[in-house]
Amino acid sequence: MHTLKLIIKNALRHKLRTTLTVLGLVVATLSFGLLQTVVDAWYAGAEAASNTRLITRNAISLVFTLPLSYESKIRGVEGVNGVAYANWFGGIYQEPKNFFPQFAISGGSYLDLYPEFVLSDEQRTAFLRDRKGCVVGRKLATQYGFKLGDVIPIKGTIFPGQWEFVVRGIYDGKQATTDTSQFFFHWDYLNETLLKTVARRANQIGVYIVQIDNPDNAAAISRAIDAQFKNSLAETLTETEKAFQLGFVSMSEAIIVAIRVVSFVVILIIMAVMANTMAMSARERLSEYATLKALGFGPGFLATLIFGESVLIAAVGAGIGIALLFPVAKGFSAQLGTFFPTFEISSKTLALQAGAALVVGIIAAIAPTVRSTRVNIVDGLRSIG
Amino acid sequence: MKIPLNYIARNLWTRRLTTGLTAAGLALVVFVFATVLMLDEGLKKTLVTTGEYDNVVLIRRASETEVQSGVYRDQATIAASHPAIALGQDGQPLVSKETVVLIALNKRGSEKPANVVIRGVSQLGLTLRPQVKLSSGRMFRPGSSEIIAGSGIAKRFTGAGIGETLRFGQREWTVVGVFDAGNSGFDSEIWGDADQLMQAFRRPVFSSVIVRLNDSREFDAFKKDIETDQRLTLEAKREQTFYADQSKALSTFISILGLTLSIIFSIGAMIGAMITMYASVANRVAEIGTLRALGFKRRDILAAFLAEALLLAMAGGVVGLFFASFMQFLSFSTVNFQSFAELAFGFTLNPAIVIKTLLFAIVMGLVGGVLPAVRAARMQIIDSLRAA
Repeated sequence: MHTLKLIIKNALRHKLRTTLTVLGLVVATLSFGLLQTVVDAWYAGAEAASNTRLITRNAISLVFTLPLSYESKIRGVEGVNGVAYANWFGGIYQEPKNFFPQFAISGGSYLDLYPEFVLSDEQRTAFLRDRKGCVVGRKLATQYGFKLGDVIPIKGTIFPGQWEFVVRGIYDGKQATTDTSQFFFHWDYLNETLLKTVARRANQIGVYIVQIDNPDNAAAISRAIDAQFKNSLAETLTETEKAFQLGFVSMSEAIIVAIRVVSFVVILIIMAVMANTMAMSARERLSEYATLKALGFGPGFLATLIFGESVLIAAVGAGIGIALLFPVAKGFSAQLGTFFPTFEISSKTLALQAGAALVVGIIAAIAPTVRSTRVNIVDGLRSIG
Repeated sequence: MKIPLNYIARNLWTRRLTTGLTAAGLALVVFVFATVLMLDEGLKKTLVTTGEYDNVVLIRRASETEVQSGVYRDQATIAASHPAIALGQDGQPLVSKETVVLIALNKRGSEKPANVVIRGVSQLGLTLRPQVKLSSGRMFRPGSSEIIAGSGIAKRFTGAGIGETLRFGQREWTVVGVFDAGNSGFDSEIWGDADQLMQAFRRPVFSSVIVRLNDSREFDAFKKDIETDQRLTLEAKREQTFYADQSKALSTFISILGLTLSIIFSIGAMIGAMITMYASVANRVAEIGTLRALGFKRRDILAAFLAEALLLAMAGGVVGLFFASFMQFLSFSTVNFQSFAELAFGFTLNPAIVIKTLLFAIVMGLVGGVLPAVRAARMQIIDSLRAA
């Protein structure tokens, strides 16, 4: 108890220095947490993927399509419960910077495969009835103020022309991590327009989404689907939804690695600052430590004092940093809008923040402790800091 | 009279551990700052060298990238007959009708696929890009299933090395040459014969048409002719602008992310500098009193402590920059958000970045040092002498 009191008193001796160090720790913990959350957001799509869904796409790459006729063939594969399909639309809403994903989907069959998109029955019916209808996610609707009945104009880049869609439904996510920044409309609408304008591009599918009965059979079913179309004009590549999403993540892996590295650099920076604070404090108190030694306190007691102070400062800084992370992440996510579909702080991030602060506190105390326990009493008493 | 620099430097040297730790913190921030600038510069350099100023790219209106574009054969022929297009030695117009698609290839030593641009070029494709040179092997023969790979691709992707084969579009394609495109975006591409590739991919349309103008000043008139022609649904862009536009999102992302991080980190480092300088002042109260008693003015004290902070920051800046300069040996490859293809680029260090980085370090030193220096300068002689 007395030791703790002494530690707190010691920490408060240089109020300015302690405040500045705590401030530094707050900035570091906060930015570390934010960067970890950004990295998590990158993986959100893969994390949210269901393990009973497979994605079948053209083996060459995603820019190549598959014929519509594959649907019934895939449906016939043993273990397949349902098939839906979608095309990436890639249009521009007003300005290129207003990016959000748009998919032309196979209506009801698609929505059935994604139970995590929660849509009321009336809205679902309204969407299915209106060929020009669309369904938007809650986050997207909030960002651009889309309401039921609004007409949304979108300029096509892959499919030329000006397209208009009527909002017939707004879906919510079943979980906080569900992506509610997407935009769905009828594949039939796209296809009918293409039949009139560029007929050779009609009846083509971007990806098939395949529902399977048992996740353990994923590999076998994938092989069975791909085997059907081997040596055809459009060979397929089937993988789990998670693998498909991770494929996207791995393309920008270098950026993620850079963010990860940089998030640890900030910990190193603050470690240098913290070690400096502790080294200065210990040097100034060298004669005190010598006095304590002369009074009969052992090196263990000195170590407790120094480590205690260092860890205490680190803990306070980290505590404030972690507490601030929640409002800051919220503001950050509001600023970025739909750039990151979900932006949730994970418990792993919080644990990493706390862990990093503890490590910083401990490492910063090592050099001063070694020095103060080694100093002999006479030299220590003589030193003037 | 000014306090000699020697005295200031010695102060830093006396407290080596503290000075070292503070400078290390500053150096890390400077390292991050410089690396981001170098990366952005590398990306810009790659894209500027990708485009030739005199070349014009024609793509379908509003399609943004070559992969999304489609140019019909008749449209390509009409556009290629425009009188503003330069003629080659054989009297043929300098035009390359190209097809550009993405294929997924695995990186060497991993199962992770990345999208690679495969470009079908006409005979004149190479003439139009003087920066592209074969570094080994030979050119592909027109009408055959042969391809040549950019140096970046040959190194990083399975099956893209010379003599190896890639399978796509129901055919085996042999890599017969590797080309070096002078660190431009073409280094991240694979080239083959346009007609062969279009057949393999069952694509009846070109993706883009590249033309060389007779006179670069005719660009505006040429653009107007193409874009107002009712038969064409094309838009014209200078090749350089085209590539710069295509990586705008990536470049903005890198610089915003990087600069935000540098600024947040610099707060940490400035706090470090401030703690050190406050301690430096607190430890030398008696010394400051003595200096004042000897006749040094308040502003000399202020200048001395500021100089100390700047010296500290410069040490950090130089160390950070030193380590950042080694990043030039590395290259960075990521997906370009707009074209959706893998793009490799390096870290480029130039004098402007060196100056910016050192200025950044100096500003950190100044911000961190100014409050402690003011405190030192405002001390009363009597009080400070008594404090000892």
